Amino acid sequence: MGQLYDKLKQDVRFVEGLKACINCGTCTAICPAAEFYNYQPRLITDILQTKDEDKIEKLLKSDTIWYCGECMSCVTRCPRGNAPGLLITALRSLSQELGYFVESEKGRQQLAIKRTVGKWILEYGYCLFPPEIIPENHPEQGPVWEWELKNIEDVMARLGANYKQTGAGILRKIPDEALDELKRIFDETGGTERFRKIEEYSKAKAGEMGISFGEGLDNDYIKHIYTTNSNLHTKNDDI
Amino acid sequence: MISEGKKRIWNEYQKEIADDHYFYVRSCVRQNFFPGSEKTFLKIMQHELGKDVYENPSHTTCTGIGYHSDIVPFETAMTVIARQFALMTEAGYENLVTSCITSFGLYSEVLETWHHFPELLQKIRMHLKNATGREFNIPKNLAHASDLIYKFRNNIAAKSTNRLINKQTGKPLKAVEHIGCHYSKMFPSKGVGGAEYPYVLIGMIEEWGGEVIDYPERRHCCGFGFRQYLVMANRGYSIACSRKKFESMEPYKPDLILTNCPGCPMFFDRWQYAISEMEGKTYGENDHGIPVLTYEELSGLILGYDPWDLGLQVHQVAVEPLLDKIGVQYNPLEKYQGIDHKDLGKPNMPSILKFY
Repeated sequence: MGQLYDKLKQDVRFVEGLKACINCGTCTAICPAAEFYNYQPRLITDILQTKDEDKIEKLLKSDTIWYCGECMSCVTRCPRGNAPGLLITALRSLSQELGYFVESEKGRQQLAIKRTVGKWILEYGYCLFPPEIIPENHPEQGPVWEWELKNIEDVMARLGANYKQTGAGILRKIPDEALDELKRIFDETGGTERFRKIEEYSKAKAGEMGISFGEGLDNDYIKHIYTTNSNLHTKNDDI
Repeated sequence: MISEGKKRIWNEYQKEIADDHYFYVRSCVRQNFFPGSEKTFLKIMQHELGKDVYENPSHTTCTGIGYHSDIVPFETAMTVIARQFALMTEAGYENLVTSCITSFGLYSEVLETWHHFPELLQKIRMHLKNATGREFNIPKNLAHASDLIYKFRNNIAAKSTNRLINKQTGKPLKAVEHIGCHYSKMFPSKGVGGAEYPYVLIGMIEEWGGEVIDYPERRHCCGFGFRQYLVMANRGYSIACSRKKFESMEPYKPDLILTNCPGCPMFFDRWQYAISEMEGKTYGENDHGIPVLTYEELSGLILGYDPWDLGLQVHQVAVEPLLDKIGVQYNPLEKYQGIDHKDLGKPNMPSILKFY
């Protein structure tokens, strides 16, 4: 058996997600991503079942594995107990471990997610926090969110939040000791290492692409990966 | 015989929901976008129903959005969740209730994984001990907050001052319900009614006098898709999913959309606004959108709470058409006021969508 397939088999989600695909295509029929992108979860299981190293490597470097929305609708419907959505989580993990994610437009976006959601998890203890959801990046949030942000302390107080305060409650300040524990869990379990790899491989890729790289969100590489859409994803025959 | 068979089959779709004493974990999305909903949930549970719901200020995100956008490894997410279990254990609780469907799905995934791979449970125990010195018991009962409102829907009805009835016509209001993919699509036995007959919201709507609409795209995803919304370049996926649902439900003229997950109502609310700006299209009556409610907000309206205490003013789709149909009393002048009637100005008007 090949090296990549063996690595995938070490992930319990891969073991749980791939039984024996009969290629019926039910997963593709129910899949929201398949309706939007040129994407078929059926092909993911099909390729993985071949155990072909070249095909798996191509998959790990493709846009294809980043099209899934992880809604897991496929899990309910597979008549053979496969879970293409879970296979995607295992493929994405391996793609990041090996640095293959930077080889595709959609994969490169991982840095933007790491520098937003990833940063906020460790900084605030929440996956998102109001001042970070800025209208410039979120025009869909509309005028009501702009109004809310402008009056955030008052609106949160009016609605009974404990915004940035100590003690229990909505959007409380999570104690520093709790944030320290969160950080130590990331150090202990590979979370910090994943973040480091996302940074390291992205920096190298930015150099290769000749796009300037820097800290935070205000640099060309982040802006590029956050907004670039080749518009080929609904047509692309990547895999 | 047929009836017995049906009862037996239906039993397979039931879940056990603990009666009292819950350790409560909050939702990142609900706290940010629908803070009034979490406030209302606790008010109903603690003050209306007299239940013991405890929150430890040291609990954190479960990392679910990070996990499902694949920046957080599975073992990291599992250990963060193990820490929540440790806080629960230390506080003397055995029942855990989550305010979030992404969390609920991830907690269920973690518990199922530990069940099938006990060696991984031992590894996570070691990780947690090394990182924090903490130990934990696995919860005896895991519920989503809506499970509790569903369980006590009759008690809420008994205290109600409003019903889901059109006050003008006397007819039931028509509701679209959306349960959120991670509630029961992954682990059907963990949700009321499973994935085939998800009953958690239907039970509330029917008990409170409304009528549930069945429509073709009823079980389609709202379109969050994690990375498909988090990254601006991908949001076409997200809005396309919501739009598909709006187009499918529109002919049935729903009076409201009722949601289970914290994210779905935000997307249904905001994408209706975005579609109105992009295409000039609105899905409600007279250039309004279809009001989108969380189940906590609906429970609060049924119990006669002030809509501005519930947080309905932070919706982009105006809720007034629904309030008027139900006959809810409200003061429009207080909609955008802070505490002690502090003037906070008003949001700008959208181009098309009628707002206030």
